[in-house]
Amino acid sequence: MSSTTTLVKKQSSFLQGLQSGISIAIGYLPVALTFGLLSKSTGLSLSETFLMSLIVYAGASQYISLSLLSVGTGIIEIILTTFIVNIRHFLMSASLSEKVEKNDSLWKKALYSFGLTDETFTVASTKEGTVNAGYLFGLMLISYASWVINSGIGYVIGASLPTTVQESMSIALYAMFIGLLIPTLKKHRKVMFLAVAAAILNSIFYASQMFSTGWSIVLSTLISAIIVELFYMKYTSGVETNG
Amino acid sequence: MDSMIIMMIIGMGLVTYLPRMIPLVALSQLKLPLFVQNVLKNVPYATLGALIVPGIFFISDDLVFGIIGAVAATLIAFTGANVIVVVMGSIGTLVLYSMFFT
Repeated sequence: MSSTTTLVKKQSSFLQGLQSGISIAIGYLPVALTFGLLSKSTGLSLSETFLMSLIVYAGASQYISLSLLSVGTGIIEIILTTFIVNIRHFLMSASLSEKVEKNDSLWKKALYSFGLTDETFTVASTKEGTVNAGYLFGLMLISYASWVINSGIGYVIGASLPTTVQESMSIALYAMFIGLLIPTLKKHRKVMFLAVAAAILNSIFYASQMFSTGWSIVLSTLISAIIVELFYMKYTSGVETNG
Repeated sequence: MDSMIIMMIIGMGLVTYLPRMIPLVALSQLKLPLFVQNVLKNVPYATLGALIVPGIFFISDDLVFGIIGAVAATLIAFTGANVIVVVMGSIGTLVLYSMFFT
């Protein structure tokens, strides 16, 4: 990597993105297989299952929509629920806007923002420096492909992985999050404060059942990000803040 | 295909896509105040904390399972291993655990 020319770097950023997405693709596999399976038992057709994974591409909302459909909930309610579950992506999208190359064209931004999930967001934003469009396309393509294809496979095979494998693989996305967090946390104390504060807040929200999971993540993230920033402003520069 | 289901899928797609797209497209044109920029830069790390805890402890009915997974991932990550190694190593640890201890 160190001796590559700019041209090679540019060409390989797509490949680098694909490579960074492998963990996500593995992590999506058991979740998507199960989605396909559940979709079949809820009574959706194969094409509807594919279409949902292709167009919606959001794990939690797709699962929720199935359970709502099976109890006969109306589609307006299902769509509203989806919106509420996905509100956290407003925050991630806003954060990613500080990370991408500012001069990427609007259509490129509109295109790669389709692939923004909890997982692609965390992988892209913990990468050093800025991320370019090629990297994002690679990262998002492999994740999206895994989601869509494995949803279909789950439906067709009509069985999930053996329980042992399924349960063991459910650690994958969490392990990836830990793998992304630890190296930065070792270098920057601020990162440790941010992660620990958000983890504690989210656990409190979870235990108190004050909010749904989506809101709980948004609030714990936002509160931690603001409080830690205020703390750093106050103690690193001595500037009084009125926040 | 059932047209109600298609409408539902399109509606779900829209309300999923718009929150992902609007801030990225709208904000990247703007120069945000420094404080807001810094808060947004903090978001990924706070998000990671919230995504990991407490969810990781509930991947199985058996709480020990999640704890072992969490410890394995953390230890492997501390060695400085690549993310993919952390992922595979954690899965492997849990496969071994469930083969021998459950």
